[in-house]
This record gives sequence, structure tokens and C-alpha cells, in this order.
Amino acid sequence: MTMPFGYVSPEQAMKDRADFARKNVAKGRPLVAVVYDDGVLLCAENPSRTLHKISEIYDRIAFAGVGKYNEFDTLRTAGVRLADVKGYQYSREDVDARALANAYAQHLGQIFTHEMKPLEVEILVAEVGYEPAGDQLFHILYDGTVVDEQHFSVLGGDADAITDRLRDRFSEGMPKAGAVRAAVAALAGEDRTPVSSELEAAVLARTNGRRAFRRIELAELETLLAG
Amino acid sequence: MSLPVFGPGHDPGPSFSELLRRSSVPPPAPGGSAVAQISHGTTIVAIRYADGVVMAGDRRATEGYSIAHRAIEKVYPADRHSGVSIAGAAGFAVEMVKLFQTELEHYEKVEGSALSLEGKANKLGQMVRGNLDMAMSGLAVVPIYAGYDLRRRVGRIFKYDITGGRYEEDDFHATGSGGRDARTTIKLGYREGMDREAAIELAIEGLYQAADEDSATGGPDVVRGIYPTVATITAQGFERVADAEVAERFQALIARKSAEGQQR
Repeated sequence: MTMPFGYVSPEQAMKDRADFARKNVAKGRPLVAVVYDDGVLLCAENPSRTLHKISEIYDRIAFAGVGKYNEFDTLRTAGVRLADVKGYQYSREDVDARALANAYAQHLGQIFTHEMKPLEVEILVAEVGYEPAGDQLFHILYDGTVVDEQHFSVLGGDADAITDRLRDRFSEGMPKAGAVRAAVAALAGEDRTPVSSELEAAVLARTNGRRAFRRIELAELETLLAG
Repeated sequence: MSLPVFGPGHDPGPSFSELLRRSSVPPPAPGGSAVAQISHGTTIVAIRYADGVVMAGDRRATEGYSIAHRAIEKVYPADRHSGVSIAGAAGFAVEMVKLFQTELEHYEKVEGSALSLEGKANKLGQMVRGNLDMAMSGLAVVPIYAGYDLRRRVGRIFKYDITGGRYEEDDFHATGSGGRDARTTIKLGYREGMDREAAIELAIEGLYQAADEDSATGGPDVVRGIYPTVATITAQGFERVADAEVAERFQALIARKSAEGQQR
């Protein structure tokens, strides 16, 4: 059997793409999501005040992304569009995180196998339930793999170490301040305290009314960290 | 549904109706001939006061000479700091409000910051103009838009005509079939810098007088306990006045008029 010049086996091609995406996602700063008594806390290291990693998608759904900003921001906008069109055509209560996570997974999977270059992103779709048992975290990787996670989720570089630290600090039904401190301590590691002005945090809270998403501004974040 | 991702030349930007067009979901642009029996309103009022704006509307929808609905809502929150109230063909009006609410929230989420109050008022004007064909067949939708301008720190009121013309009112406005009567009442009672209580009182009096003169405007329905919708829009946002408070004020108004034996 003759091999055409420049032949690359499918295994090798997929592995190269996965390595490329994983390496570039790991370069970025990490992000964590933690389930607490009133909903979901999302927290990331982000030196920018205006280019957000965490955003609102719909009434009870938030989006978080790490990796290449322009790529996950395009995904965020597409998510807002999908959710708003669905809610307008049917009803607001028909918009859910699971369907959105599947749409993202298909899109990412399609690009991973068919395009020149996979997206260098890792994203999270979080939904706050009407009851604590209904809180959901969908962690989606660059190749379209979806992981339905319980309690907390870690995205980006150094994820294993951060997951270990967060597991030690997490307890079910913890209050907001506890969740913020656990998230920041997990992001920081043993020998480093992140500057609070370089943290971005937001919550999806059951008690926030129809639009559950609220950003935690710097002053509130400092109070929570101090308390 | 697949993820709506657009190429650079096809991106709808922060506009929701443009997105609907590109997703092959046409925004409501009704065609065909108008049906004669269609629900209409209404009296709606908006009054500026010290902390912002009071908006109110009666609850009646009519089809010709009969009452189609006794408890329809005509005052809606448009977003956190503004409200829209509607007069005209009920079906289109409610649909227009839903699309307008979605537009404002969609813009805010896609762009990461809310439109200015002026921008929102202009957007609503374009939507009213989009309904012009229907308006010419007698199915006009005429809203009042009011909000608290977070940049200028004042309440502002915008009225519209059927062509989408947008005009800012300084102090108050009322429209709908009983709008003229409500306007006259409010004009006589209006004072600069009223407090919340006085503004709500005046809005209620305006609606009462409109219902007294106009058959398509519903008055307070004491038997069923249905009272007009009243809302305040201030720096704290859009807030419905509790039904109990509105009921109490109407009962006080009725008691006062009966005691005085007023013929007006």
C-alpha cells in the first residue's frame, strides 16, 4: 500500500489538534464555579474590568469561558441569541442550560473535526434551579466533550491542582462568603494571594428575582473575602 | 436548535429583530385584511413627579360595544428602569411589548451595557412605525414610554403617534380613547415636584374621570375587586404599586365623591 506524501493518520491529526487546544487553554488563567446555598458562584482571575469571562445568558443561565477571548466571546453571543430566540418563540421557562450546552457541544465538536484549527476555549454553562437540587454545571471542552459536574467546576490551566484545593474547602450548602473564600483560595494556591481588583466574580442567585445573574462588584467582593 | 453563529458580513449585532430575520423567524409583521372585531383599549397615563414617573392604565379591553376582557394589563416593565403602557389593538400591542422587552434585554446582554433611555425610546418609535400598515387599517398601537434616566437623574416621558413619531413630554401625558379626559383632569391637578402619593392620587383621578366619560375605559370594579394598574419608575427601578394600595385609594376617592355629592 502506498502512502500519499504528507499523510497523517486520523489518530495523529486528532491528537495534534487536542494537544494544540489543551496547551493554549492551559496558558490562560483559570476559572472556578462553586454551588452554594443560594445558587452558583463563578469566579475567575481577570485583570480586565471590561472584558468579561463571566456573563449572563438568560434568566437563570450564566456563561463562563477561558482561553482565547474572541473565540469564547463569539460563543457567548451565540448563546444569548439562541436563548433569546427560543424564549421569544416559545416561553421563557423553556430555555434551559442542557439544551444550550448540547448546542455548544455540537458546534465545538464540528469545528474540532472539520476546521483547520480547533477553538482554544473551555466553557461552562451554569443554571440555577428553583430548588438547590436543580443547580447545574455543564463543563464543555474544546472538542465538544460535555461533562455534567456536581458541586463545583474548574476551567483552564492548572485545573487538577485547583480541583484538589477546592475539594478540600467545599462543603454542601455553604453560604456565599464561604464559597467566595473557597474559590479564591483554590485559585490562589498555597504561596500566593490574588489581588482582589484582578478577580472577576458573579452569582446566579435564586433570590435575585427573574434575572438571577448579578456581578459581584469590587467593594462587595472585598467585604466577602474579609468577612 | 443549532447555535446561531454568523459570519462577519451577516452578524445581526445587538438587534433582536434583525436576529429573528436572519434566523428565518420573521418578527410580527401582520398582513392580510383587518378583522372588524378586535380588542381595543383604553386610557393610559404617565405623570412625572419628584422621584421619577407614575404610570397607570385601566383594565378594560373592548370588541366593538362589548367588553372583551375586564382585567387586561396595559402597563408593563420594559426593563429595570423603564416602563411601557399601551393603547390600541390589544393583540399587536401585547406582542409589541414582548418584542420590545426582548430587544432591550438582548441588547444589554450582547453589548454588555444597556441602551440609553433616549435610545430605547427611539427603538420603540421604530417598532410603532413598523406597524403603520396595520394602523392605517384601524389597528393602531400607540404606546407611552417612561423611564428614569440614570444619566440625567430625572424621570422622562415619551409619547408616540401612529407613524412612530416620538415626542418628549415635560410633565405628563395620557392617551387612548379616554386620554383627552384624563389629560384635562391631570392638567388641572398637576404641580411641579409632586411627591409619590400626590402623583398616584392624580393618576387615579385622571383614570376615574376618563372612565366616567369614555365607554371603552374601565372604572374601578368594586364588585370583582379589579382596579387599574399603577406603577412607579424611580432610581430604584420599575415597581408595581400593590393592588391593595390602589384599591384603598379608589375607595377613598369614591367615598369622597359620594360625601360631597359631586355630579362631576
